[in-house]
Amino acid sequence: MSFPWARHYEPKNPVMQWVDSRLPLPRFVYNAIGAGYPVPRNLNYFWNFGVLAGLALVVQIVTGIVLAMHFHSSAAGAFESINGTIMRDVNAGWFLRFAHANGASMFLLVIYIHIFRGLYYGSYKAPREMVWLIGVVIFLLVMATAFMGYVLPWGQMSFWGAQVITGFFSAIPVVGEWIRVWLLGGYAPDDAALNRFFSLHYLLPFVIAGAVILHIWALHIPGSGNPTGVEVKGEQDTVPFHPYYTAKDGFGVGIFMILFSTLIFFYPDLLGHPDNYIPANPLSTPAHIVPEWYFWPFYAILRAFTADFIIPAKLWGVVAMFGSIILLFFLPWLDKSPVRSANFRPGYRIAFWILVLDVLVLGYCGGSAATPAVVIVSQICAAYYFAHFLIVVPIISRLERPKPLPNSITEAVLGDHGGSRMTETALRA
Amino acid sequence: MATLEDGVSPNQTVVPPGDVIEDARRRDYLKIAAVSVAGVGAGVAVLPLINSMNPSADVLALSTTELDLSAIEPGMAIKASFRKQPLFVRNLTPAEIAEADKVPVSSLRDPQTLEDRTKEGKTNWLITLGVCTHLGCVPLGAGEGENRGPFGGYFCPCHGSAYDTAGRIRQGPAPTNLQVPDYAFTSDTVVVVG
Amino acid sequence: MLPLFTRSIKFIIGAGFIFVLLLALIGTVTTLIKEPAQPTAEEEFHKHPKELDLASNGPLGKFDNAQLQRGFLVYEKVCASCHSLNLVSFRDLQQLGYNEAEVKKIAKDWPIKQPVQDPKAGTWGERDNLASDRFPKVYYPGTGSPPDLSLIAKARHDGAAYVHSLLTGYQNQPAELLKKFPTAKTPDGSYYNPYFANLNIAMPPPLTSENQVTYSDGTRATVDQMAKDVSAFLVWTAEPTLQTRHRAGVAVVLFLLFATALAYGAYLTVWRGVKH
Repeated sequence: MSFPWARHYEPKNPVMQWVDSRLPLPRFVYNAIGAGYPVPRNLNYFWNFGVLAGLALVVQIVTGIVLAMHFHSSAAGAFESINGTIMRDVNAGWFLRFAHANGASMFLLVIYIHIFRGLYYGSYKAPREMVWLIGVVIFLLVMATAFMGYVLPWGQMSFWGAQVITGFFSAIPVVGEWIRVWLLGGYAPDDAALNRFFSLHYLLPFVIAGAVILHIWALHIPGSGNPTGVEVKGEQDTVPFHPYYTAKDGFGVGIFMILFSTLIFFYPDLLGHPDNYIPANPLSTPAHIVPEWYFWPFYAILRAFTADFIIPAKLWGVVAMFGSIILLFFLPWLDKSPVRSANFRPGYRIAFWILVLDVLVLGYCGGSAATPAVVIVSQICAAYYFAHFLIVVPIISRLERPKPLPNSITEAVLGDHGGSRMTETALRA
Repeated sequence: MATLEDGVSPNQTVVPPGDVIEDARRRDYLKIAAVSVAGVGAGVAVLPLINSMNPSADVLALSTTELDLSAIEPGMAIKASFRKQPLFVRNLTPAEIAEADKVPVSSLRDPQTLEDRTKEGKTNWLITLGVCTHLGCVPLGAGEGENRGPFGGYFCPCHGSAYDTAGRIRQGPAPTNLQVPDYAFTSDTVVVVG
Repeated sequence: MLPLFTRSIKFIIGAGFIFVLLLALIGTVTTLIKEPAQPTAEEEFHKHPKELDLASNGPLGKFDNAQLQRGFLVYEKVCASCHSLNLVSFRDLQQLGYNEAEVKKIAKDWPIKQPVQDPKAGTWGERDNLASDRFPKVYYPGTGSPPDLSLIAKARHDGAAYVHSLLTGYQNQPAELLKKFPTAKTPDGSYYNPYFANLNIAMPPPLTSENQVTYSDGTRATVDQMAKDVSAFLVWTAEPTLQTRHRAGVAVVLFLLFATALAYGAYLTVWRGVKH
């Protein structure tokens, strides 16, 4: 950490002194999420979601490890082992299963809020581009893991979800069909596909955990951003992570847990689909194939492309769907505005809220049956989605006249009534 | 710098922001309580995780085994399965019973009579687990033509433990006799184990 | 020229996507105008399930064991000959209040037996069910295989209400429907039921007359009552741990509310005197 006023780790306990002098792991933790990490004092509740995402990852790994002890990874036994053995016979098995299934939803919900926080407050801008890039990688890994996890119960939606998603790859010219068969290890999802999905579903969370460490490391080089987007100028702008933000995160974790538990214990099937309680049947397709809610916006973009133009419509859909996430990688260079926070960017702020609405509507469309009306709305919203990142934001970032920024975080916190003058004096002193 | 903090009363100076000088010890209790309650919560949350590794209801449902003994002739033995472990059921001949009774109990490593190990009036039915008490191998002797060892009972091929016709350890490293599970005759020929 | 191209590449890509979407949009609108979707009999005559009031409803719902036992009786006497319950074990019936001996007897007397394979000959025979067995699979020789009912209350929207409405929803095909959709006549061997997704169900009406099963607790066995009871039973088979889940949930949420209030207090304490 680069702030010169960051506290240094001085263990009082002789055991910790002994450990720290041989392996400075306690020091590392202290500087990462302890009192040795100075954080802007003005973070709002949207800054809780990074820690919550980490918590959700831990919950998924822990419940997943125990569930894997009871799961049968085979087309003949997967459905029965989850809906029969785990849900009925394993001690607290129903709790573990519902916690894991709803934990995925909570994880993605937290990630989405975390991403939109980043979009609103310009967290992707210099000097934090690397934090953002690693974040997009984590997002892709989480989506892959969630998709493969949804296949494991081997219900109707699991099976047809696997069929449809791997079908995307057959849109690739020439080698597409070969790639699809290679991914599945067969011509349709079966034991081979289920087993490799299980293997990867168990592996990827640990890859994600590694990427999370890089994400936090990259964050600690410039330090955390803040709602004003003004960089930290001095010691008065920060507080140590512990106890200030550990306390605040503790409260956030409580709220998260209340919502999570309400889902697990009272509405465990709210976010699932009834068809996944029907065992996979390769000979009968469900009336409406829908992915889990967190994929709906992307599914709507996929279905919006219905016209052939140079390449087939199907390939356009797949390119656009992956493109809609890939273009997030370029965002730091698409938005050239030096001002980070949308609080001081009137034009960008409007575009941001349109994007939020746009993604919500896309989500609604992706979850609905593809009637003409739904498709038309998806097409309009998908157009805005691409326009937002590739046209609107680059143009706004050039034309917009941002509002005056506060001189410092402290000034912003204390308000404008004489505070700013005094801050300057204090800084000079 | 502390003077910058408007709305802060003079006895709560901030030096630097972050180092709040506590004016009431009572405040600490709240923090301690919050951390303790969170710790209790985390502890309780771990319980279902651990409990899920205990035998599940379908495993427990197989914890008793019902056997029909009518087809076992004297001198014969069968291997059955009890809680997914081998179970030896042997119909002893009078000669085998006499041989078992002949042994002075005090000379045994694990002193038990044949009568201790069978049900009253059913001395000929020797029901034991087929698990060597040394390291858990399955002894020979229950199947037809298998080596019954030097004492005519069971013989464990792993480390040479030999059991007599009452399933008692007589030679080799095993510390105790073959274990007799709980069982009861529900009729002359039907026994429920477990 | 090249720098200009690099600078405007984003606009080109963006415009590309928008152009293709515009083409697609024109296509969709044209189709919509030229060939507006024809209404179908399913869309117009399909009905959503009637509301069903069960003890297990809602976030705090409990099981009514008397009703579950009646429902099991209906399942046993009416449904079980065609529909299996393959994820449920006979031993689970003890949760409905049957004792061990009763469960053993139910298992032993169950008309469909457990298949067993002779390990030497490889041939299949059968044996009586044990309490530890799952309900055996039903192999139905007729057309199509009736679905397993273990999870039916979770595998349909509004599960229990759907089962109840379906069982009581058999009727003659409305004349109005035939007038509007002359080709939508219920085919032979199917039965008109507006609660079924495509209106025509292959299952003959299973509950047809009062007292089709005899309740021992004195409840009047009307068709509606039997349908209700078996729906309640199928909620139980779909999730026998539902009541446990609700009870645990109340304790967990109360604990979390308390813990979170404390955490909020600790948060205020820590930040006291620090403006942010």
